[in-house]
Amino acid sequence: MKRSGIIKVTWGVLLVLGFAGVWQLQKKIDAQRQALQEERDELVLRSPKLIKRMSLEYAPLMGAMYWTRAVQYYGEKHRLQQMNLELLWPLLDITTTLDPNLIVAYRFGSTFLSDAPPRGAGDPDHAVELLRRGVIANPDYWRFYQDMGNVYYFDKKDYARAAAAFAEGAKNPQAAIWMKVMAAKIAAEGESLETSYFLWRDVYQTAKEPQIKKNAELHLRLVKVDLDLRQLNRLADEYERRTGRRATKMSELVQAGLLSQLPGDPDGYPYVLGEGGKAELNLNSPMLEEKLMNK
Amino acid sequence: MSTPAIEIEHLSKVYPYGFLNLKKKRSLEDLSMRVDTGEVFGFLGPNGAGKSTTIKLLMRLIFPDGGSARILGKSIDDVSMHQETGYLPEQPYFYDYLTAAEVLNYFARFHGLTATDRHTRVENMLKKVGLETAGKIQLRKYSKGMLQRVGLAQAILHDPQVVILDEPMSGLDPLGRREVRDIILELKKEGRAVLFSTHILSDAEMLCDRVGVIVGGKLRGVGTPGEMVGIKTQGMEILFEVAEGKNLPLLAKATRTGERYRVQMPEEELYGAVDQLRGAGARIHSVTQIKPTLEEFFMNLVEADRAQANAVEVSGK
Amino acid sequence: MKNVWTVAANTFREAVRDRVLYNLVFFALLMMGAAILVGQISIGIEESVIVSLGLTAISVIGLFIAVFIGVGLVSKEMDKRTLYALLAKPVERWEFLLGKFCGLVMTLTVNTAAMAVGLYLALWTVKHTLEKSDAWILVAVYLILLKLALIVALALLFSCFTTSFLAILFTAGIYVAGLFAGDLRAIKAVDLSAGAMNLMKGVSYLLPNFENFNVMGAVAHGRAVPEALVAQATLYAVVYGAVVLAAAAAIFSRRNLK
Repeated sequence: MKRSGIIKVTWGVLLVLGFAGVWQLQKKIDAQRQALQEERDELVLRSPKLIKRMSLEYAPLMGAMYWTRAVQYYGEKHRLQQMNLELLWPLLDITTTLDPNLIVAYRFGSTFLSDAPPRGAGDPDHAVELLRRGVIANPDYWRFYQDMGNVYYFDKKDYARAAAAFAEGAKNPQAAIWMKVMAAKIAAEGESLETSYFLWRDVYQTAKEPQIKKNAELHLRLVKVDLDLRQLNRLADEYERRTGRRATKMSELVQAGLLSQLPGDPDGYPYVLGEGGKAELNLNSPMLEEKLMNK
Repeated sequence: MSTPAIEIEHLSKVYPYGFLNLKKKRSLEDLSMRVDTGEVFGFLGPNGAGKSTTIKLLMRLIFPDGGSARILGKSIDDVSMHQETGYLPEQPYFYDYLTAAEVLNYFARFHGLTATDRHTRVENMLKKVGLETAGKIQLRKYSKGMLQRVGLAQAILHDPQVVILDEPMSGLDPLGRREVRDIILELKKEGRAVLFSTHILSDAEMLCDRVGVIVGGKLRGVGTPGEMVGIKTQGMEILFEVAEGKNLPLLAKATRTGERYRVQMPEEELYGAVDQLRGAGARIHSVTQIKPTLEEFFMNLVEADRAQANAVEVSGK
Repeated sequence: MKNVWTVAANTFREAVRDRVLYNLVFFALLMMGAAILVGQISIGIEESVIVSLGLTAISVIGLFIAVFIGVGLVSKEMDKRTLYALLAKPVERWEFLLGKFCGLVMTLTVNTAAMAVGLYLALWTVKHTLEKSDAWILVAVYLILLKLALIVALALLFSCFTTSFLAILFTAGIYVAGLFAGDLRAIKAVDLSAGAMNLMKGVSYLLPNFENFNVMGAVAHGRAVPEALVAQATLYAVVYGAVVLAAAAAIFSRRNLK
């Protein structure tokens, strides 16, 4: 009995030591493979139809796997701050061919294909193509028209097509009322900050996917800043009209009773009046970098 | 001759069964016995009595839940005890892609024999078990009886001092059984100890110095074959022929098969009956003792056990 | 050790007599077909297609042999009771197990080496020459062989305590899981607690990382494989394999045969 006890302990120790060794080795190997990893950024099979045929009756499952790959690909690129997202389109293309009813793939795709780098691939044409396919496969899903309208409106600045997309979507009895309103508004005045704010806010409120929600939130903050700055400039003009001179500090507007307190950007940093008395973001604000990257 | 060939002390084995192996069945209960060198020991019992379990425990194919055993003084935990032990499994089966000669050669390697030594031994052994012509044929083409012979050959290939045979006669024709009997007697003559299990009484009576009877996982007794199973003669039986029409009172009790009559009687009536037959001019073919068959013998033991076994099962929960 | 060798040699003989090596005919046909076809339907990628197809075939064929025969190594002997007579010889159970392992690894080595020769022949047919960089294919083949040995060890381990069917399932399952172990570590989940992330990370280190042995992508494009990687992968296979085989031996040594 005593001997078997010693054997058991020895086994336990060996097992732990063995796995500890494996653990350490794995870390070293991971470092080594990093060099090989770079070049593995490739899709061996690019033909969606071939992949679909090869996945037999398991196409939806394969679709899910490719979808995961697309998300991981986007996430990894995002983490490494790499701008080239050229595999995003083929991955989404394959995903939606394998599983044409994967709504999230179209919405995600339209958002991140069309959005300008670094957040997206800057490829609005493929975004539109993806959405058109989405509409064909899922005719009842009116939000694809909203997404299409957004792509035309924000990224292609094609207001006629944007209005047409909203109008088309509005024909669906389930579509939100404002779809019709957007169609008319964009047709009449093109891009406006209010329209942009509304569109992003709807995406933000209705999107379930965290990446899409986060992206919409970022846009929303940026538009909010633009709206704030426009309003502040109007107040500065009003001050100039009243006093005959341009204010140099935000506090002057407060003292004049035009503002109740020092206004802050979405991160809470107070806006400032810069050169020529124009309202600007605070130099310390993190929003500044975001704004510069998106201009 | 001081160390016994096989010593078994309080060996017991429990088999788990049922869902998640939660239930337990005692397959062997506190078995103690010994086999001396130069002795042929028969292990008698009906199927499922625990014969094979005991033998597998000795060969470390399964592990006991209690007790210990030694072969030639060495604990069975010591692998080197196999050097002096030969084993024939029940219904043996070997690599069917090998020939008999190759299988024997393969097994011989584990005993550390030289190549030439292996070669001559394999030749001799094949001759001994009557497979010298079939030695070059792959075992997949062998019959059950031929496999049994291969099994026997590999068990005694390395001149072991202790030979353990699990049902060595099964699957053999009468000629084969006789050959196995001869081999066992030869082993005995060479001073080796043989332990074999069987459920055939005549084999045990003919070969064994001693037998152990095992029923329901318990050893019911050890002794000479006569002591153990030949004790009670149930009577005598006469087989005879007699011409038609003779007035013979014996005929009333007899049964007729073909030309012959068969009649049974208590031993004390034998001589009266023989006189009667002589008087009628009948021809006596044979006079034999009526012994209980092994089945009857076992049935009595099993029956006696049944009530007790049920009690064990209940208390086991 | 002599006993291990005896068992190994017999295992190899069994594989040969059971016509396991016939898969080479299939491989030869595949490589011949690829060599003839690829030149006609494609331009500029003949070499990488031949190499990646060849290495994939070597890996997949090897996998099938490793899993199916690996699981059967011990369980078949138990089911058919060929083990009974053997274990009644002066052989330790771990010697038997190790011998079985070595025997199948020997078989796989011969099989894989033959396929590697076939791959080079196909490559030569397409290119009419062989370059220095083509030697990296041998490295890839070597790493595949390491992977296969590790899979045999795992198949042995599973077959020591469960049915053949489940053992095949487990081995295949751990292989697939092992392929994704690296991804599991790198994954950036959206909303997972730190605890769950650490657990996932821990599991990913304990699983056999089969991706370690995959350099097909690099080799198919004639790129070098770092020596350190080869050395570490070798060490990895040895350490992991030893742990698995030791566990298998520990279980098998206490196992009751039917």
